[in-house]
Amino acid sequence: MYAFEIERPTSVAEAVTALGTEEAQPLGGGQTLIPTLKQRLAMPSKLVALTAIADMKYVRRDGDTLAIGGGTTHGTVAKEAATHFPGLAGLAARIGDPAVRNRGTIGGSIANNDPSACYPSAALACGATIVTNTREIAADDYFQGMFMTALEEGEIVTEVRFPIPEKSAYMKFEQIASRFPLVGVFVAKYADRVGVGVTGASNDGVFRWSEAEEALAGDFSADAVAGLTAPDASDMISDLHGTGAYRAHLIGVMTKRGVAAAS
Amino acid sequence: MPKDHGIGASTKRREDVRFLTGAGNYTDDVNVWGQAYVAFVRSDVAHGTLNGVDTAEAEAMPGVIRVFTGKDFEGVGSIPCGWQITDRHGEPMKEPPHPVLAQGKVRHVGDPIAAVVAESLQEARDAADAVVADISDLPAVVDMKQAVASSDTLVHDDLGTNLCYDWGFVEENREAVDKAIQEAAHVTTLELVNNRLVANPMEPRVAVGDYSRADDMSTLYTTSQNPHVIRLLMGAFVLGIPEHKLRVVAPDVGGGFGTKIFHYAEEAFCTFAARQIKRPVKWTSTRGEAFMSDAHGRDHVTKIELAMDAENNFTALRTETYANMGAYLSTFAPSVPTWLHGTLMAGNYKTPLIYVNVKAVFTNTVPVDAYRGAGRPEATYQLERVIDKAARERGVDPMALRRQNFITEFPYATPVAVEYDTGDYNATLDKLEEIADLAGFDKRRAESEAKGKLRGLGINCYIEACGIAPSNLVGQLGARAGLYESATVRVNATGSISVMTGSHSHGQGHETSFPQVVAEMLGIPEDQVDIVHGDTANTPMGMGTYGSRSIAVGGSAMVRATEKIINKAKKIAAHLMEAAEADIELKDGAFSVAGTDKSVAWGDVCLAAYVPHNYPLEDIEPGLEETAFYDPSNFTYPSGAYCCEVEVDPETGHVTVERFAAADDFGNVINPMIVEGQVHGGVAQGIGQALLENCVYDETGQLLSASYMDYAMPRADNVPMVTVDHSCQTPCTHNPLGVKGCGEAGAIGSPPSVINAVIDALHSGGFTHVTHIDMPATPNRVWAAMQG
Amino acid sequence: MTEVTMTVNGKSVRRAVRGNELLVEFLREQLRLTGTHVGCDTSQCGACCVHVNGELVKACSMFAAEAEGAEVTTIEGVANADGSLNVIQQAFQDHHGLQCGFCTPGMVMSAASLLKENPKPTEAEVRHWLQGNICRCTGYHNIVKAIMAASGQDVATVAAE
Ligand SMILES: Cc1cc2nc3c(=O)[nH]c(=O)nc-3n(C[C@H](O)[C@H](O)[C@H](O)COP(=O)(O)OP(=O)(O)OC[C@H]3O[C@@H](n4cnc5c(N)ncnc54)[C@H](O)[C@@H]3O)c2cc1C
Ligand code: FES
Ligand code: FES
Repeated sequence: MYAFEIERPTSVAEAVTALGTEEAQPLGGGQTLIPTLKQRLAMPSKLVALTAIADMKYVRRDGDTLAIGGGTTHGTVAKEAATHFPGLAGLAARIGDPAVRNRGTIGGSIANNDPSACYPSAALACGATIVTNTREIAADDYFQGMFMTALEEGEIVTEVRFPIPEKSAYMKFEQIASRFPLVGVFVAKYADRVGVGVTGASNDGVFRWSEAEEALAGDFSADAVAGLTAPDASDMISDLHGTGAYRAHLIGVMTKRGVAAAS
Repeated sequence: MPKDHGIGASTKRREDVRFLTGAGNYTDDVNVWGQAYVAFVRSDVAHGTLNGVDTAEAEAMPGVIRVFTGKDFEGVGSIPCGWQITDRHGEPMKEPPHPVLAQGKVRHVGDPIAAVVAESLQEARDAADAVVADISDLPAVVDMKQAVASSDTLVHDDLGTNLCYDWGFVEENREAVDKAIQEAAHVTTLELVNNRLVANPMEPRVAVGDYSRADDMSTLYTTSQNPHVIRLLMGAFVLGIPEHKLRVVAPDVGGGFGTKIFHYAEEAFCTFAARQIKRPVKWTSTRGEAFMSDAHGRDHVTKIELAMDAENNFTALRTETYANMGAYLSTFAPSVPTWLHGTLMAGNYKTPLIYVNVKAVFTNTVPVDAYRGAGRPEATYQLERVIDKAARERGVDPMALRRQNFITEFPYATPVAVEYDTGDYNATLDKLEEIADLAGFDKRRAESEAKGKLRGLGINCYIEACGIAPSNLVGQLGARAGLYESATVRVNATGSISVMTGSHSHGQGHETSFPQVVAEMLGIPEDQVDIVHGDTANTPMGMGTYGSRSIAVGGSAMVRATEKIINKAKKIAAHLMEAAEADIELKDGAFSVAGTDKSVAWGDVCLAAYVPHNYPLEDIEPGLEETAFYDPSNFTYPSGAYCCEVEVDPETGHVTVERFAAADDFGNVINPMIVEGQVHGGVAQGIGQALLENCVYDETGQLLSASYMDYAMPRADNVPMVTVDHSCQTPCTHNPLGVKGCGEAGAIGSPPSVINAVIDALHSGGFTHVTHIDMPATPNRVWAAMQG
Repeated sequence: MTEVTMTVNGKSVRRAVRGNELLVEFLREQLRLTGTHVGCDTSQCGACCVHVNGELVKACSMFAAEAEGAEVTTIEGVANADGSLNVIQQAFQDHHGLQCGFCTPGMVMSAASLLKENPKPTEAEVRHWLQGNICRCTGYHNIVKAIMAASGQDVATVAAE
């Protein structure tokens, strides 16, 4: 790690001010950022830790919406979202391991937009709103390719707001080493539409599988997916853990299983 | 009733208490006052000409004490190789120099180029970033067959070839084997890869070099399985420090699995640098560094042909293996694909004709050396896979085919130059059938199928050779060291005992099991006996722990030394009781005179030895301390039969291991609990090799699996409970304990059964075109195989 | 350098730390509590597990400065008051749940968190929980057994089925 200072503000406003420094960077749970710093792949002058901001840690239901503070850990979401939105709680419960879930936050995951991160698939499938200290961004506009988002320098994800689906499920097919999804599919069924968010698979990062969404909107059953042609393998990631063709195939299997498991 | 103490008892481990309370003393816990820290600058290219290293900026940075480069090591020795192989034509293997820091060329990603020593680790790392290495990239040699086929790019220019040696064994059998294969009723052929692995003990390597000007003494604290070997190699060959001026300490070591046997550049560097700057120098490997600097394991590409007669009797076996040496020859690297592999190709079978050809190849990758099993897993895997394939081709039961060809009479001299002393392969296979509940398999398969899963059953047998010896033979085979072990038994004046052993425990529990033996021999409580190990300053010359040799060789040395103690103690007891020495008996910690009620306690005899007032001073010396060196007359040959049951998800290719059973013959067992633990751990590593672990380089020599993000370590949910049995015991005939060694069996015996089970599962699902899947059988590979 | 104050194994400590000083570095180097180990640099192995405010945390993946005001418990602080092994530690010894001992502190800390959350876990639950704790020696068999035994469950036949 390069040398840097660390600050622990207790409010979003203070954090925003602290982030005004040249090369300052927010620190969520650190479960991605700290390993990155160890590899000397980032060189911040200052880290602004968000962990002391109590106002960013909550899981709140407001009618048909579940609002989650940007500083809420995966472990908290797994517990507190369970009755309201079991699909999302199930997703959170399978991120990393218990210690990672005690530190890693939804804001950090959404801000990082790792091509294999779990949360972005749910955010896209559900049409979530990403709330920052300055604005609200629709998920469809927010995710802009691997590690790319609509966030500006110094902008903080303060909340993620999910419309609660009637039924949902997250299917994670794990990469055998990292245990991140090799392919993860979030299926969300609403009264008027179905969302299918796919992570881990595409060279363009998380995406919505619109063919499946359309097919499932008419007939929310595993059979409806069976007939679909898999997304184009040449757009999929090919690496030592899986070829593009394999990932494309898994998207179909995981979607089908997600539909069957949705609750 | 199982015994509750002594040989055969599952005594709980005494070392656990310190490990469970955070009181262990691992090398990284060692801090020497005034220590400086080193950060290595490592090559990020696989192959290149090193035109120069600019250290000026780094040297000017805060906290920097000194920056070392290859130039500082001109005139210093090369990291030596401990084994010389003679090739098919009688020529010695090619043996390139291995500088501590790169000179002239870099040869693998991770090759150390420079080392920055600074006041703090932060400063050392910051300055390491400022060192500029001027490297002209060269094409990388990665694929072994290409490396041999073309000399356009050479890892070592001076050698003129990338071939380290072309070894034939037994060369005299070559033509007879060819002929037998040509004339056979049936030949089964299999081409396979034994995947490259990274040993990954959980404790990364650490070296702390210290130097005392007062007595010109160098001390190295290091994560080693064999501190004496490191002292010898580093002192005599690299740094030129006489052994009495060099102390090597390996305190608690967090796992080794082979990769901590070898002498590494970082050890020599820290010892050297400490002498130069007159301060202690500490290096702690990160896991990332470990992936590119710890010797890797396996990495064989093999073609095997098994010939049979019309009745399915094995008539001949021929193998051709390309074995990766990596960029330099690590300490025992040349011996692994040869003497530890070729000699085991007979397996448990009476195949009369065998020929093994091994081409060892230099590539621009990290050096490859012994990893748990070392050569024997490679032999077992190819043999047990080709037998399974043969059984399918011939339409016979794979177990019956094995039984039909088992060696049943002992001693048995194989056509590959070793003599098995004992064994009963039918007994372990019978035991396996029972403990694995093979009778219930069909029902379990039906249950899996009801869930949409394919279930497969795979079995295999194995033989291994432990405690490689005797020294005069291994010397003829090219070993540059002896392979004995030593022990000193020091009886203290009040009767407690310190056993100084050259064996080293890094998880094997010697502190518990070695005292079990001594205590049983003397009839005293185990807690009266302590083991001292891991420090060249207070143990006799020893060869360390690897190749499952500790109890068979080190334990035997300890038995011999204890026998000497008993002999002398009897003399003292005879004197004290005024009886004839021949009438003295030792039982339950007391000496008595046969046929009388005279007796003297162990403690009184010990006291007499050190307070020799009433003592036969004219016949024997005072004191009670004996040393023995034990050089075995043969290897030991543990064997067994393993069974694996897997489920395959036909939609994704994902394999889960549902059941695993191991029936082993380890001869006599000292501590069953520890032995079972060794099997559990070995099996998990074997399952890891079969399904998860793979060290991958791309064609430019970049290491793709360079962290746990890409190198899949077995986790708790990758492995099942393992049913183990070691009740089949054919004791070793040539060591005093009748023990055979158990440390590697699990890793040797498990990979073939896993793959055999995967193939069986696929066949049950109608995927009969799949005859082989290379390890690791990842979901993608299994799925792709099913697609055809 | 910033000053941090925290309670470690019941004792209040105050030290100056670097901004980039990890909790594990603070524990090992400043407090010389070397029972907490470092086995990787990707937050995956769990050798560094400690409890921060009662929650399982990888001490390699948190900065010391973030533990300001926190209660930290390490392997050195979990034995019974009289110094004897606690139930989990004792179960690890009884069931041979450790070999080289390097992963062990993290395993014990992780197991303690599991049993707090789930006092009677099934074998599958134990294995799933341990995803973030890698052991290279034991094959997990005896670790799983030890944790189940520590939860008061009968493990006599656990290997057989
Ligand atoms: C062993 C392991 C396994 C894992 N497995 C999975 C998995 O299976 N699936 C998965 O999805 N993830 C996984 N992760 C990643 C984990 O979910 C991380 O917690 C998450 O990706 C990042 O969240 P964080 O709070 O830790 O963010 P940090 O690591 O602190 O930060 C990540 C990035 O986001 C920025 N940032 C953080 N918080 C905010 C914010 N509120 N607003 C704006 N920017 C912010 C930081 O500056 C940084 O660039 C794993 C991590 C580990 C260590
Ligand atoms: S050292 Fe913390 S997870 Fe490996
Ligand atoms: S006991 Fe050695 S790593 Fe677990």
